[in-house]
Amino acid sequence: MTILVIAEHDQNALKRATYHTVTAAASMSSDVDLLVFNPQVSTEAAKISGIKHVLVVDEKNYAHQLAENVAPLVSELAKQYTHVLAPATTFGKNILPRAAALTDMAMISDVIKIISPDTFLRPIYAGNALATVQSHEAIQFLTVRSTGFAAATQNQSATAEIKALDILIPNTLSQFEGEEIHISARPELTAARIIVAGGRGLKSLENFKLLEKLADTLGAALGASRAAVDAGFAPNDYQVGQTGKVVAPDLYIAIGISGAIQHLAGMKDSKVIVAINNDPDAPIFQVADYGLVADLFTSLQELQLELDKR
Amino acid sequence: MKVLVAVKRVIDFKTHIRIKADQTGVETANVKMSMNPFDEIAVEEAVRLKEQGIATEIIVVSIGSNACQETLRSALAMGADRAILIQTEEKIQPLAAAKIFKALAEKEMPRLIILGKQAIDDDNNQTGQMLAGLLQWPQGTFVSKVEVLQDKVKVTREIDGGLEMLSLTMPAVITTDLRLNEPRFISLPNIVQAKRKTIDIIPLTEFKVDTKPRLQILKVTPPEKRKSGVKVNSVAELVQKLKDEAQVLS
Ligand SMILES: Cc1cc2nc3c(=O)[nH]c(=O)nc-3n(C[C@H](O)[C@H](O)[C@H](O)COP(=O)(O)OP(=O)(O)OC[C@H]3O[C@@H](n4cnc5c(N)ncnc54)[C@H](O)[C@@H]3O)c2cc1C
Repeated sequence: MTILVIAEHDQNALKRATYHTVTAAASMSSDVDLLVFNPQVSTEAAKISGIKHVLVVDEKNYAHQLAENVAPLVSELAKQYTHVLAPATTFGKNILPRAAALTDMAMISDVIKIISPDTFLRPIYAGNALATVQSHEAIQFLTVRSTGFAAATQNQSATAEIKALDILIPNTLSQFEGEEIHISARPELTAARIIVAGGRGLKSLENFKLLEKLADTLGAALGASRAAVDAGFAPNDYQVGQTGKVVAPDLYIAIGISGAIQHLAGMKDSKVIVAINNDPDAPIFQVADYGLVADLFTSLQELQLELDKR
Repeated sequence: MKVLVAVKRVIDFKTHIRIKADQTGVETANVKMSMNPFDEIAVEEAVRLKEQGIATEIIVVSIGSNACQETLRSALAMGADRAILIQTEEKIQPLAAAKIFKALAEKEMPRLIILGKQAIDDDNNQTGQMLAGLLQWPQGTFVSKVEVLQDKVKVTREIDGGLEMLSLTMPAVITTDLRLNEPRFISLPNIVQAKRKTIDIIPLTEFKVDTKPRLQILKVTPPEKRKSGVKVNSVAELVQKLKDEAQVLS
């Protein structure tokens, strides 16, 4: 078995999700190659335990990793592998299905467990059921959820061989026009140990900001329900849930969130869940380890005072 | 400009699903079904493009049993012009669906195909990307804004770090995210009017595409249940429990 992992990275560094995807690959084979789109990140990539080759392509030709030429590249490379894995992030979800179709292969999304090299576990119906899926395809295309696999580690003595590839596939179909990347000093939502998440119960953008101080005291990332994002209290990349991010921190504090199944789908694998809500019947309490039925505004103040005491 | 919109009939998003005792799947008999919410957003976007004078005809298509006519009727009531049911009792996987839509696109020649980014039953998030790849068209996935300019469509995509703006040369495939629009309420007169619109029923077998399932669902099981938690009476008690019992605060 030989496995290709498609790395997700920015100009300078690999995204955490790449490390989790490598672990999934390494659990099946010791022949794992990593495809990167920028030589800047190849040194970092070569130090990940479990990687044999780092494949680097021309960064200008594949700038912003648009699906229109990255997918044919992946499809071309795929022919030499038994498995092609990408993180189940908006990056992987954009590219991998297109690459699979170009290879005339089915794809399996959101793998949370590898049962055998052709059988995988994945959530369906917003995580209310788990499907065990077997594939007889010659090449398995999989996106991998970070929450299902630990992060691969950096090993200073590991040195995967770096290979430059000169496959230049042009893109005449789409053009990058710009981006608005939300830059924050707080930890990344999907990698944070603690998450403070707010819902519609916060009632306004100003009130949502009350969560910032709490998050900073705890060294936490901020998350939000869809309702809070739709209402403009928080940017879209804060959304946790079936159609947002899937997280599993050590501690998830849900404030003014009712706990709709679509929200639970994104956080119910957190180690410890705290819910603060003034409705004792809110479904969030069914998954909370610690529930506080109270007004969130008074609770927030008290919580801040309590934490400042330490 | 013709716009093709794909819609899927799924268990309504408010319904609690029941897993069959024999672990073969999820119970769909006697369960409330509706249009996949992301597809509703796709139909709404097409209708808005028509209201702006950009789209000239909206065709909605669904693959499935006769019951999908109900879903297509809702799309017609929202403002689509005509509907196509590609009739089959088979369970169609994303790659097969993409091949069927490709065959239909080659016949109907739309400039834009809009699909939901994922169906809330299988949560695959694959069909739009696969379709775009097979057609060799550009793709705008997880889109929260669409702007059509002559031969190009500009899209804003919701990505993990924020937003990304792309310009796609049409014909193109778009998949919708939640914040693209808010689907309209269907009024009674619209429902009545929709009854006069046509639904063409084409048996799947008329499309010469390979729809054999590539993946086999061995079983469907419930997720592990979380052990039930406790209610605390005060913030002080909460903090103390998080420190001493859960040991997640230092
Ligand atoms: C296709 C689809 C996909 C979706 N995807 C997602 C997703 O990815 N993520 C997601 O989160 N949702 C998603 N949703 C939406 C989901 O169904 C819910 O509508 C949403 O999660 C509700 O957000 P909320 O809990 O903040 O708001 P609400 O349900 O309105 O809950 C607000 C809560 O705040 C409490 N509250 C109000 N005031 C106070 C106060 N003063 N003190 C304490 N508590 C207070 C209330 O008791 C209530 O429980 C999706 C829906 C659909 C149809």
